[in-house]
Amino acid sequence: MSRSSRTKQARTAEATAKVVTGAIALSVVAVAVFVFVYIVYNGIGALDWTFFSEVPRDRGREGGILPIIVGTLYLIGATAGLTLPIGVLAGVYLAEYAPRNFTTRAIRLAITNMAGVPSIVYGLFGLAAFVLLAGFGRSIIAAALTLTCMTLPVVITATEEALRQIPQDLRQASLALGATRLRTIYKVVLPAAAPGIITGAILGLARAAGETAPILFTGAVFQMRRLPDGPSSQFMALPYHIYAQVTSVPDWNRELVWGTALVLVAGVSIVSVMAAWWRSVQRRKVKW
Amino acid sequence: MVSTLLVTGDGALSYDAGSVTLPRTVAQEGAASKAADLQGSFSLADVSVAYGRDRVIEGVSMYVPPRSVTALIGPSGCGKSTLLRCLNRMNDELGNVHVGGTITLDGADIMGRAMDPVELRMRVGQVFQRPNPFPMTIWDNVAYGPRTQGIRKRSELDELVEESLKGAALWAEVKNNLKKHAFELSGGQQQRLCIARALATKPEVILMDEPASALDPISTQQIEDTIAQLKDSVTIVIVTHNMQQAARISDQTAFMLRESLDEPAHLVEMDETRKMFTNPDDARTESYITGRFG
Repeated sequence: MSRSSRTKQARTAEATAKVVTGAIALSVVAVAVFVFVYIVYNGIGALDWTFFSEVPRDRGREGGILPIIVGTLYLIGATAGLTLPIGVLAGVYLAEYAPRNFTTRAIRLAITNMAGVPSIVYGLFGLAAFVLLAGFGRSIIAAALTLTCMTLPVVITATEEALRQIPQDLRQASLALGATRLRTIYKVVLPAAAPGIITGAILGLARAAGETAPILFTGAVFQMRRLPDGPSSQFMALPYHIYAQVTSVPDWNRELVWGTALVLVAGVSIVSVMAAWWRSVQRRKVKW
Repeated sequence: MVSTLLVTGDGALSYDAGSVTLPRTVAQEGAASKAADLQGSFSLADVSVAYGRDRVIEGVSMYVPPRSVTALIGPSGCGKSTLLRCLNRMNDELGNVHVGGTITLDGADIMGRAMDPVELRMRVGQVFQRPNPFPMTIWDNVAYGPRTQGIRKRSELDELVEESLKGAALWAEVKNNLKKHAFELSGGQQQRLCIARALATKPEVILMDEPASALDPISTQQIEDTIAQLKDSVTIVIVTHNMQQAARISDQTAFMLRESLDEPAHLVEMDETRKMFTNPDDARTESYITGRFG
């Protein structure tokens, strides 16, 4: 084969590869757009004042989803309150203090394994550990602790990664000014890493907000006439409400259930997009 | 000068109108405060450094006089920066580094338990090779050290910030923009900001590890001018690869050399810069300075 025909062949292959990979990447976008459009199309009709301001009636076939939205907000608020301090402190330890030894490797292995546990298993664990053993009963706190176990690996890993991206130069500069390690971490390193940490945490919490399995046995209920009134209260939640409607209510109201799905997806998307936008602003401001 | 100090009947002191001589006690205090002013001298005796089992420096003894510029020169890998980091114990942070021998700052052992590295580093500042301002405003960068020392009063901090920026010859350029993010400054300005940041803790010594090697010639000139001004008030120890720079700015020069990878680096010679660059005692110094190796 002559050199020019081989070059031509290579060029054709190159062009084909570009088209094929591009088409596949586009098809992913198409699926995402389709899912989103489908949810909006089916659910948008449900969104009115009643939907956001009233409690569900007739087993969820009528009325609104106010206690369900509030329940999810409480649940995720409690989960964030538990996950952020634990996750950030553990991430700080791993990135800033941990020696390279067996214990550190064991901690990392534990985190990797925690990330790999299926969410229904967390649900069972939460029932055994928090609901029954710790005696919290089926409650916001038991469900939030269960979601915390699931979200922690994400937050720890995000924190550690974000801290590792901070140049060593900055730590050196602070130490050389007579700052202790602790002061260096909370005055220089953590603020610089905050965008990465917060983005990771929000993505983890957004996932938690959409989980059904971990809250199934630990505190979510099918119907509540009032809003949850404290950490030991049971609660309704968006993903569980969808699940319960579809599996246990004959003639479930399609529009209201799709509307609930739309609220969940829109809420999670808005928060994620805001996090990404905020991070890009921070990135532009701070470049190494 | 003839002392015309008069002692009056009731024992009080008074002066002859033409006299410029102070009473003895005041003169003594003056001398004492002048001695106290002249702080920031390092004495190194038989200093050695090992990374784990790898001995990198051995047998370095030198005296760094106060209020002067001392240059450490030598080929790459001769331990200049490592030796510099001994002086503010930044080697402690690397882990697995063992420093032997004795280093004293104004007579006090800096390696003993009595010396807290955190306190030492407030007295011995450092400027790094690459400008490394914190991701904060100019003002916050300079105020970082004083705040670490516990200074909270805004007016006091403002004063320190101005004084330090003036010391680093950056004040004129930034005085209207103290709230600007440090990363918006040019590389040379950032490095002078780092000098100002180091000055703000009122150190006796500032260590500089090739502070101009990442900068353009004009910025380098500005850093060198700043160093020349600073040496009236602070001792400077500077590591440099640039022989002309050492010759231009330093009063003393120390030449270090690692003869082979199997043996640790050592101090070949240290002397007044003028002598080192015109008539060094050691043939190796002469070859290095004239560019025959390194």
